Amino acid sequence: MSTPMVKAEAVHKRFGRHEVLKGIDLEVAPGAVLCLLGPSGSGKSTFLRCINHLEKINAGRLSVDGELVGYRDDGEKLHELREAEVARKRARIGMVFQHFNLFGHMTALANVACAPIYVKGLARDEARARARELLDRVGLADKHTSYPSQLSGGQQQRVAIARALAMQPKLMLFDEPTSALDPELVGDVLEAMKQLAAEGMTMIVVTHEMGFAREVADEVVFMDDGLVVEAGPPAELLERPRHERTRAFLSKVL
Amino acid sequence: MSSSEAADSEGRPADIRAVPVRRPGRWLAGAIVLIIAVAIVHSVATNPRFEWHVVGSFLTDERILEGLRVTLELTVIAMAIGIALGVALAVMRLSPNPLVSGASWLYIWFFRGTPVLVQLLFWYNIAALYPKIALGIPFGPAIVNADANTLITPFTAAILGLGLNEGAYMAEIVRAGIISVDEGQSDAARSLGMTRLQTMRRIVLPQAMRVIIPPTGNETISMLKTSSLVSVIAVADLLYGAQIIYSVNFKTIQLLIVASVWYLACTSILYVGQHYLERHFGRGAGREEPLTLMQRVRLGLFTRHEEGT
Repeated sequence: MSTPMVKAEAVHKRFGRHEVLKGIDLEVAPGAVLCLLGPSGSGKSTFLRCINHLEKINAGRLSVDGELVGYRDDGEKLHELREAEVARKRARIGMVFQHFNLFGHMTALANVACAPIYVKGLARDEARARARELLDRVGLADKHTSYPSQLSGGQQQRVAIARALAMQPKLMLFDEPTSALDPELVGDVLEAMKQLAAEGMTMIVVTHEMGFAREVADEVVFMDDGLVVEAGPPAELLERPRHERTRAFLSKVL
Repeated sequence: MSSSEAADSEGRPADIRAVPVRRPGRWLAGAIVLIIAVAIVHSVATNPRFEWHVVGSFLTDERILEGLRVTLELTVIAMAIGIALGVALAVMRLSPNPLVSGASWLYIWFFRGTPVLVQLLFWYNIAALYPKIALGIPFGPAIVNADANTLITPFTAAILGLGLNEGAYMAEIVRAGIISVDEGQSDAARSLGMTRLQTMRRIVLPQAMRVIIPPTGNETISMLKTSSLVSVIAVADLLYGAQIIYSVNFKTIQLLIVASVWYLACTSILYVGQHYLERHFGRGAGREEPLTLMQRVRLGLFTRHEEGT
């Protein structure tokens, strides 16, 4: 088997004395879509933030595409990476947030074009041309000059997806991308994500959208209290959960 | 059904036209304010000791205008130093390095904790402490040597005193602006591969402007007036120009009025400028477009306050 895109071994994360992740083990193959389910506070979002080093892990090993996250291993000791190196690695991991976090002082087009310009040093015209294409792809051809405050939640989230894609990531992280949306706007965002999955993007999606998980995910992982309770193909885990905790959770959300 | 409740052609009821409550208190208060105002204006206009013709004749005196130029120059330079320093100090203050943030804290503590007049006098007399100022390698050989008395002229001392002091205040204003920007903005920027500095410069600071601009306008207005303190270290600013003239002709009050007229004129212009700047940066954040100054004045003059308080 090829190198897993994400590999976590006994990942621990503490905030002060509060242990949020108590030893996460999981693997995501290149091109696979993994859905993370679980009650709030179970550590799903924190785990996602660890993958692109927005949070530092306290113990265990976490690697993306065969390289450790945030450290260099010379076989003897771990060396912390410099900020610029961390930034360079983050640039290859796209992240979509629950509250979109679009840059409020920029138009939709500038939101999508800015990172390639500032981070990759792409020429302004080229970056804008590519940003236009990406916005067209997520169905926002007529919203290039709109500011985030003039867009609906669903439109904002699709701009956010385009913004992440502009960096040509090899892995996309979605942190409850539809939780802050009105129900009628969820569909468009999920559609954009499905399209991305169909194109072969490796994705980790924290979500409560069981329909999406069932339809798109290659694997579903149920987390509770900082641990992976069980994992499996969606048909299996969603239909025939083995653990009582999973069953209780699913009966509430389905 | 009375006629006042008659419906119009579309069936919509007509607007209510009720007899307003009488408010004698308002009329009384208005009358008192008016009487006091008239009394003041009358006294100012008729008291011959004001000697308004003297005020008029010195309003455009060369020394006054030269002083005004110096005052404006001081204000602009000191504010520029203050803003640049304030941004640097605010970013330092938020640094994860305790030495860096500690240094910023110490700076702010010191410069906010001592009177600006004392600081001005201090810079003016710096030669007593360091007769020679050398630029070079710390504890090593000097590259440039200068005599403190020639390097620190009264004008330089004034700029240093006002600018360094302003930096401490601006730092707090900028810091408040930076903190007001949602953390999700830096999360998003960093997830896209921007470094801490890029995130600050490209994403956070531009959005902090909305919070930073209004108090910065206040600081500028305040600086214009505070700069009059430099007259004590013999910088020929607006107030100093007035003092020079009245030390000869003893028209003290008249020349102070001349200076005040110019200060008022400048602060008024800044006030209008600040209003429009705030309007510009507040765009998109508020629910509806704020009124321009003229719209506000017109509204205030030509609409009666019909609704109850």
